[in-house]
Amino acid sequence: MKITGKTWKFGNDIDTDAIIPARYLNTIDPAALASHCMEDADAQFASRVKAGDIIAAGKNFGCGSSREHAPISIKAAGVACVVAHSFARIFYRNALNMGLPILECPEGAERIESGDELEIDLDSGLIRNLTKKEEYAAQPIPPFMQKLIKAGGLMEYVKEQLGSNI
Amino acid sequence: MQKTMSEKILADHAGKSEVFPDELVEVRVDFALGNDITAPLAIDAFKRSGAKKVFDRERVCFVPDHFVPNKDIASAVQAKMLRDFAKEFDLKNYFEVGRMGVEHALLPEQGLVLPGDVVIGADSHTCTYGALGAFATGVGSTDLAAAMITGKIWFKTPHSIKFIFRGKLKPWVGGKDLILYTIGKIGVDGARYKAMEFEGEVIDTLSMSDRFSMCNMAIEAGAKVGLIAPDSITESYVNTRAKREYKFYKSDSGASYEAVHEWDISDLEPVVALPHSPENVKQVTEIGNIPIDQVVIGSCTNGRLEDLRVAAKILKGRKVARGVRCMVIPATQLIYMEAMEEGLLETFIEAEAAVSTPTCGPCLGGHMGILAPGESAVATTNRNFVGRMGHVESKVYLSNPAVAAASAVLGRIAHPEEVLS
Repeated sequence: MKITGKTWKFGNDIDTDAIIPARYLNTIDPAALASHCMEDADAQFASRVKAGDIIAAGKNFGCGSSREHAPISIKAAGVACVVAHSFARIFYRNALNMGLPILECPEGAERIESGDELEIDLDSGLIRNLTKKEEYAAQPIPPFMQKLIKAGGLMEYVKEQLGSNI
Repeated sequence: MQKTMSEKILADHAGKSEVFPDELVEVRVDFALGNDITAPLAIDAFKRSGAKKVFDRERVCFVPDHFVPNKDIASAVQAKMLRDFAKEFDLKNYFEVGRMGVEHALLPEQGLVLPGDVVIGADSHTCTYGALGAFATGVGSTDLAAAMITGKIWFKTPHSIKFIFRGKLKPWVGGKDLILYTIGKIGVDGARYKAMEFEGEVIDTLSMSDRFSMCNMAIEAGAKVGLIAPDSITESYVNTRAKREYKFYKSDSGASYEAVHEWDISDLEPVVALPHSPENVKQVTEIGNIPIDQVVIGSCTNGRLEDLRVAAKILKGRKVARGVRCMVIPATQLIYMEAMEEGLLETFIEAEAAVSTPTCGPCLGGHMGILAPGESAVATTNRNFVGRMGHVESKVYLSNPAVAAASAVLGRIAHPEEVLS
């Protein structure tokens, strides 16, 4: 699967309070959560992001609270993929469980700037920076996670495993 | 083969003789927890899956604690989802307002999470129970939903990092200072995906309350779990509370660690994490004059009875400075009751602090103490990210309860000795 989109660049240690502040966690509605996506990191983001855009960030993206509302808000805001130097572990699990593609790519995280057009091949992990005419190789998604994604997320995987016995 | 505590607990729960770092394992879950923020998403996923029952009505637990007592209509709707689900599936451990507490203070207090357990919670501070020697970690709501159905979860077996604390603690220095000091040294991703193990003569004599504070903030270094090997202090805490079997796991002396840090903390003064990161740690003696508007004493990190005793020692016979609001939030109903019986609440009220029913409230900028633009707070909580306690232009300084109480009295961040001398 290929994704092409414009990049929004963020720094290191972007926490889940910045991605979706706790004051908005009195709802689980994806559209409502999307309307405040990244608000405490960039108050303009939610109103300006376009479907298919890409977030790039530094190390430890998604640290802090375990709120699944974070990947939900990013996905519902239309973001097609998050590329980071590294991800916090709970966010990593949550994103894959939600079906939000994420890629670890230290080189890409360093080189990519806001506004760059990227073409990402999710299967191979190859990121082409069309603006800078560069290529970066992201860590491929581990085979077990690919199994989850192929099943359509964790809940589908659980259903598959249990058959009708739930 | 020589193994760490984490590897032993995971192996036993996976039905294997041994597991190795990076190995993916599916393990049995002893206890699964959700709160009023995270459980609604889990309930939604659970219902959409078509599941007809939870794996064990005694081991799936809901604690509404973040936005309760309901702060607004939307929060009331979410809290009601937990109440309705608990009723429908006859959950034994659902804690209503009036019986609840901040989850990570409540569950150990009630003997519901025990040494040797695998515990998952849809709350990042679930790692608190590592203080009991449990493999306990935060997960998202969908992971919780899957575990509610199957009683199982997959993990990548973590590598372990050992932290050895040597020396003797100075007065007014506690578990909170040790963990902030550690995060200051290794950074907020210094233990990302890892198991942190705390040991050494300082830990050996540390109270359970201080141990909970330490393990609680392992997540602030990015860790999967923060563990302390159970000992006689653990035993005396759990033996009167446990209603089921538990098991002490200890790391073998020849177990393999990715890194070992050994620090003598004899000279450590109380520390403060400055805005806007828990790794931004300085000793309180080196930060100069920082005026404050609010103090919060409470949370899953420092809302236990021992924390309130420390705060009361400093606030006794004194007043909160003019222009400062001081919130004291006992973490559970039992702690609230004990604080009342010991006269601590009287001390707080006489000091003109506000005492609240248990809630996570201000820690995550929910309610009960939100900051205006430009305001600063000293809090015994665990995060000081941008906007964490309110407006994006507010600031949170993290400290232990003694520093928080002293700061309330002087209206600026203060060392407890400044108040007492």
